[in-house]
Amino acid sequence: MKLDKIVEITQRYPEKLSRRKLLGGLATAAVAIVQTAKGQTIQKAVSENAIYEDPTKKFGTPAGEIGTRSPYVKSVKKLSDISSRSPLQDFYGIITPSDLHFERHHAGVPAIDPNKHELLIHGLVEKPLVFTVADLKRFPSVSRIAFIECSGNFRGGKDNLTPQEICGLTSQSEWTGVKLSTLFNEVGVKPNASWFLAEGGDAAVMTRSIPVKKGWEDSIIAYAQNGEPLRPEQGFPVRLFNPGWEGNTSVKWLRRIELSDAPYYTREETSKYTEPIKEGKYRIFSFDMDARSIITFPSFPQQVEKGWIEIRGLAWSGRGKVVKVEVSTDAGKNWQIAQLNDPILDKAHVQFRYLWQWKGEETEILSRVTDETGYTQPTLKQLFEARGSDGGYHMNPITAWQIKKDGKVFFKPETFK
Amino acid sequence: MRKTQYFILFSSLSFFVSATFIDTNQVKVADRESFLDTIPSSFGYGRKATQAEIDRLDIDVRPDGKGLPKGEGISAKGKVIFESKCVACHGVGGIGGPNGSLVANKTPTDKRREKTIGNYWPYATTVFDYVRRAMPFNEPGSLSNEEVYHLTAYLLNANGIIDEKAVINAQTLPKVEMPAKNLFVPDDRKGGAEIR
Ligand code: HEC
Repeated sequence: MKLDKIVEITQRYPEKLSRRKLLGGLATAAVAIVQTAKGQTIQKAVSENAIYEDPTKKFGTPAGEIGTRSPYVKSVKKLSDISSRSPLQDFYGIITPSDLHFERHHAGVPAIDPNKHELLIHGLVEKPLVFTVADLKRFPSVSRIAFIECSGNFRGGKDNLTPQEICGLTSQSEWTGVKLSTLFNEVGVKPNASWFLAEGGDAAVMTRSIPVKKGWEDSIIAYAQNGEPLRPEQGFPVRLFNPGWEGNTSVKWLRRIELSDAPYYTREETSKYTEPIKEGKYRIFSFDMDARSIITFPSFPQQVEKGWIEIRGLAWSGRGKVVKVEVSTDAGKNWQIAQLNDPILDKAHVQFRYLWQWKGEETEILSRVTDETGYTQPTLKQLFEARGSDGGYHMNPITAWQIKKDGKVFFKPETFK
Repeated sequence: MRKTQYFILFSSLSFFVSATFIDTNQVKVADRESFLDTIPSSFGYGRKATQAEIDRLDIDVRPDGKGLPKGEGISAKGKVIFESKCVACHGVGGIGGPNGSLVANKTPTDKRREKTIGNYWPYATTVFDYVRRAMPFNEPGSLSNEEVYHLTAYLLNANGIIDEKAVINAQTLPKVEMPAKNLFVPDDRKGGAEIR
């Protein structure tokens, strides 16, 4: 559309243009025009009529059936070939908005009709049973706020990485469902059952072997997330949720559980989700997610100003509660205790913050978490010393951000090979 | 408008009233325990699974061979299937395709060896289980048991694990010794302060 044509429309029919249209495509067009336009009057016309509408002078959008995000808020997951990562740097508090929960699936998101979906529990049980989704919802329910993290959640190697790119394969929700132990009681799990196979109803027919002990302890068969039914990307209509364990074990679109006296050694627990340790050996069935933290503000690609900066971030542990987060503003020489924002939950992301006065010096800022088992988040060097330097799954190193003299923030890539 | 206001007033009032009558802090520990005791040993929800229902879904295979179906396969027939249904994504002879090698390359050019069935899979049964449930990627679950046996035989032979003439079936597959059998150790992290 021509410049004068747009100006004419905005001048003559301002009321014909909905706010949404203005804030979407047209508004950006209009802004661009303002920048290139020569005439005073044109700029004025555009700005008064189209862009800077005084919201106190106009009835707003009526109540709707579903909420929206402000068009000014652009927060999106970052896609790779096989996953999409949560924008950790955009989050406030500890809950991940459901539509920004990270995604990792092995053959796409299946389209499942909840009225046709069933969960079969069989194998070493007294009574093999089939539950509809409605059946599962009738059982006593539990809710718990906890994170899910993919064990392949680490990237490094270059300085232009955001928190989302470094470790955006972790997200947190309130999960609601029935305890797996309740269903174990219902089917009568036999005493010799030591493992169970969890199987998804997606095109990968994803399978993982899980020790029965976990099922008795705290596994949930979840049907809801943050107050609404699960999102398809998170396993609608039912998923397994293993608090604190590597994300892949929390099998989505769960259709079957088989109780067994041995693990199955499925492809996802042999060829994948196994990691190198020393002496040419590889670790298998490494379920727990070790404690980790990351400063999400300030981070790449932000630029900070001199003065007071509240350093903010997330910390979590798959082995229990976070008890302490320390922050260093001098490249790891000295560490100070950060504040933890309530609530501090078991196996959950916790928000930390530390007030820092930046005087313009070049430095590095880091965070490290300690959990209730006494484990303190290691450096990449410590991890390499413990496991060898091949990387792989379950990498939870301290993340450092470089602050340049001009306030620009960059990730600090580390290599010790 | 008016009706709504009344409703809000009424509901908040009733909430207030009930809150004063039931003080949860007054519930004694003993009462809580008896409440737990009243959870029934069975809720009676769900229906009994028939054997036919179980058989339809129960496709998993364990290293000891539990779950392997009838049928058998040989490498020569698997090669033919591989060349029509798998080669585009996994490369000629299972090496170097866009979706990853399945066969260990004897003369690797990269510094880092690609992990494959031949050097990284501890059990041969996993090949059958995975190919049957998830491959070919563009048409998962489309292979017959016989085809999966042939493909399994082919992939094991191409990796130099079994003989060209070997017949793969429910009895022979669990007996195949994989080169990576002793590569793995169960999680050696103990929890606590130690970095491992
Ligand atoms: C359209 C591409 C495509 C075709 C065709 C295909 N595959 Fe795959 N295959 C993949 C992808 C992608 C993966 C990885 C999937 C994942 O990681 O979840 C894979 C993984 C595998 C693996 C596991 C490899 C490992 O090291 O973990 C095996 C085994 C396999 N395919 C066998 C086959 C066989 C046999 C066929 C033919 C019947 C076949 N594939 C056809 C794309 C394909």
